[in-house]
Amino acid sequence: MSSNLERSASPGIRRLTSVREVGPLLGLIALCALVSILSPVFLTTSNLMNVLVQAAVASILAAGVNFAILTGGIDLSVGSLLGLIGVLIAAVFKSTGSVFLAVATGLVLGFALGLLNGSMVTVGRIPSFIATLGTMSIARGLAFVFTQGRPISSFPDSFRALGAGELGGIPIPVIVVLVVYAAAHYVLTQTPFGRAIYAIGSNEEAARLSGVNVGWYKTAAFGVSGLLAGLAAIMFTGRINSAHPLAGQGYELDAIAAVVIGGTSLSGGEGRILGTLIGALIMGVIRNGLNLLMVDSYWQQVIIGAVIVVAVLIDRRGRAAEGAAVVK
Amino acid sequence: MEHSSILLEAEGIQKRFGGIVALDGVNFAVRSGEVHGLVGENGAGKSTLMKILSGTYRHDEGVIRVRGEEVVLGTPARALAHGIALVPQELDLLPHLSVMENIWFGRYTRRPGWRIDWNDLRERTRSLLSRLGSNVSPDDTVAALSVADRQMVAIARGLSHNAQVLLLDEPTSTLTPREVERLIRIVKGLKAEGVGVVFISHHLPEVMELCDRITVLRDGRYVGTYDRAAVTAEDVVQMMVGDKAGALYVKEESTVGEPVLIARDISSPGKLHSISLTVRRGEIVGIAGLVGAGRSELAHALFGNLPRTSGSISVNGAEVRIRSPRDAIRAGIALLPEDRQHQGLLTRMTIRENTTLAALQQFVRRCRIDRRKETEASRVQIDRLAVKATGPEQRVRNLSGGNQQKVVLGKWLLTDPVLLILDEPTRGIDVGAKAQIHRLISELARAGMGILLISSDLPEVLGLSDRVLVMYRGRIAAEFDRREATAEKIMLAATGGDRA
Repeated sequence: MSSNLERSASPGIRRLTSVREVGPLLGLIALCALVSILSPVFLTTSNLMNVLVQAAVASILAAGVNFAILTGGIDLSVGSLLGLIGVLIAAVFKSTGSVFLAVATGLVLGFALGLLNGSMVTVGRIPSFIATLGTMSIARGLAFVFTQGRPISSFPDSFRALGAGELGGIPIPVIVVLVVYAAAHYVLTQTPFGRAIYAIGSNEEAARLSGVNVGWYKTAAFGVSGLLAGLAAIMFTGRINSAHPLAGQGYELDAIAAVVIGGTSLSGGEGRILGTLIGALIMGVIRNGLNLLMVDSYWQQVIIGAVIVVAVLIDRRGRAAEGAAVVK
Repeated sequence: MEHSSILLEAEGIQKRFGGIVALDGVNFAVRSGEVHGLVGENGAGKSTLMKILSGTYRHDEGVIRVRGEEVVLGTPARALAHGIALVPQELDLLPHLSVMENIWFGRYTRRPGWRIDWNDLRERTRSLLSRLGSNVSPDDTVAALSVADRQMVAIARGLSHNAQVLLLDEPTSTLTPREVERLIRIVKGLKAEGVGVVFISHHLPEVMELCDRITVLRDGRYVGTYDRAAVTAEDVVQMMVGDKAGALYVKEESTVGEPVLIARDISSPGKLHSISLTVRRGEIVGIAGLVGAGRSELAHALFGNLPRTSGSISVNGAEVRIRSPRDAIRAGIALLPEDRQHQGLLTRMTIRENTTLAALQQFVRRCRIDRRKETEASRVQIDRLAVKATGPEQRVRNLSGGNQQKVVLGKWLLTDPVLLILDEPTRGIDVGAKAQIHRLISELARAGMGILLISSDLPEVLGLSDRVLVMYRGRIAAEFDRREATAEKIMLAATGGDRA
């Protein structure tokens, strides 16, 4: 049963050898190598920073969506929340001139709307796919109602800092991404909240019978997703220097793709937040590479869709092999 | 009766699932115009035999004859073609379709062209149902019917195949007394028409009232077939139980102290009826009963996982409000659930994460889980329970059933409960792990824990319990002290046989 060989393999080494955990990283490295061969511009510092800045908003959204997916749910509303919150904070800033008030509005509103999603799932017992599909449409609609379809544009640098600023030569969005992922990693691996999220995703009934407050934690997971959508809205509006009611359309799919490419199981309970970051970077590098190679933007969509499917296919095969190896 | 012909005969039936022999050398025959009772404990092989006779399972050895001719059943369709119809315990109807669609599914009559002749189906359905004295309309949607009416539809479906042999698996377990009476009338009517009816029931009074002959199975073996007039309920119970070998493990003496749990008047509609019980420090109280008697429901009601309409629960002398598993855990109650995979384990997670889940607060300091303390605690449980594993970081899905059960048990021991409820703690686990768990249960009682032990394994209940409560149809039907409890007495009370 438990042979010496098995015993001698420390958890750390086992972790490193697991396909699922290293797969996305290897994929990212291979992708970077490929793109740098095809385009000499890719490996320049300015382009790499560009990749990171462009991937920042999707990365932030993906980090939030990962919380919802880990509980076994899904959050389709983050792209629309970004759009709605973007126009609202723009309006708050235009009418008050206070950056603090605008940022605070964005975060609080995002968190509140996320909790609303969560309550629909936990209190209302609506499947998260449907609940957040509804929110997605409602939020997008409200963004249009509020602006009458007209973007709100041109902001001072102070307002744009989170999306377009620099700190010691490093773009602030990149710093924000690092901070958010470090915090998310800490929460998921070190705190009771994180443990509850994995437990609920792994077996909700068993978690409930073990005294885990399932409703509360699940609602909070959606709250995190909304909060980060609010943060993403601030960054996006700053970077584009305009708040458009259409902002963030389709981003929920990029976020979900990043989570899945990063190795998180769509049925919940399995996956690491750092995988999600790598997943988001893979998406960013592909977009950047296709731009550098001047691939037609219509074809880009086709290629990205194919990449998502292939990445998940490889991941599934890795998992199947891993499972088989363990069972023997 | 002697002259009535044999419709269906099975001889020397053996059925294996992997390495486990579920049925061995079973004989069974159904005559025209008889009601044949099939009885046995949980897991005796009744349902397996029914599934073989209805073509769901294929037997490994033995012969099946229909009207004297050897046949190969193999599929439900072929069994139906031979006139054998099963009405399973969990009815396999299509809930969103109408009564007539369910009965004639796949055999619709057609009008010229390809249109379905609904009027013809409706007429034929009506005549079938009136034969059963049922007033269900052919156009009713099955989902809207009561359980009893759905059962009628399932029986009508069987008869629509011109079934000569009707297999009824636990038909009365979900019916009210009045519905049972109606079913019994219908069965008697079918019997008068010459149909052979096989009647499986946990409730001996029904069996004794209705059946002409009774076949007893025990641990997958054939005990015998008897004329109703030749046996008493006590005889049948004796045969169901057999000569139970002594328990695998006998509880050590422990000093029984103050009550840790006093539950009064616990009721839950349709499931539990005014149940009161007490468990004391150091005491193991066994709960015996057949499937569906309400044992797990009682466990979940005490644990706050089944809504109660009445009742009070006191733990260590103080009344507690228990409305969720969280409340119960806080009050010092732990529940090892029956369904390990769905209710007990976080299958994708590690032994460490599983063992600390219910007592996580112990390991949290300033919102952070102390991983070292956690690993240490889970290692202690691994050693204490002799879990065969590579260490705390092993994922539980890769453990054997017995070791998985030990992990779930370890989770509850970490909460340091005053009352431990064990629901079928050794089901489906190997003999070695079972003995270890028995010893552990005994040790926990000696250390002062109160234990409520639900088990279908009679030797286990008899060997470990200080007292045995027997449940029957949502009530506590009997209580036996350790010295007076026997397998026969328990089974008699569990089947309602003491009321026959």
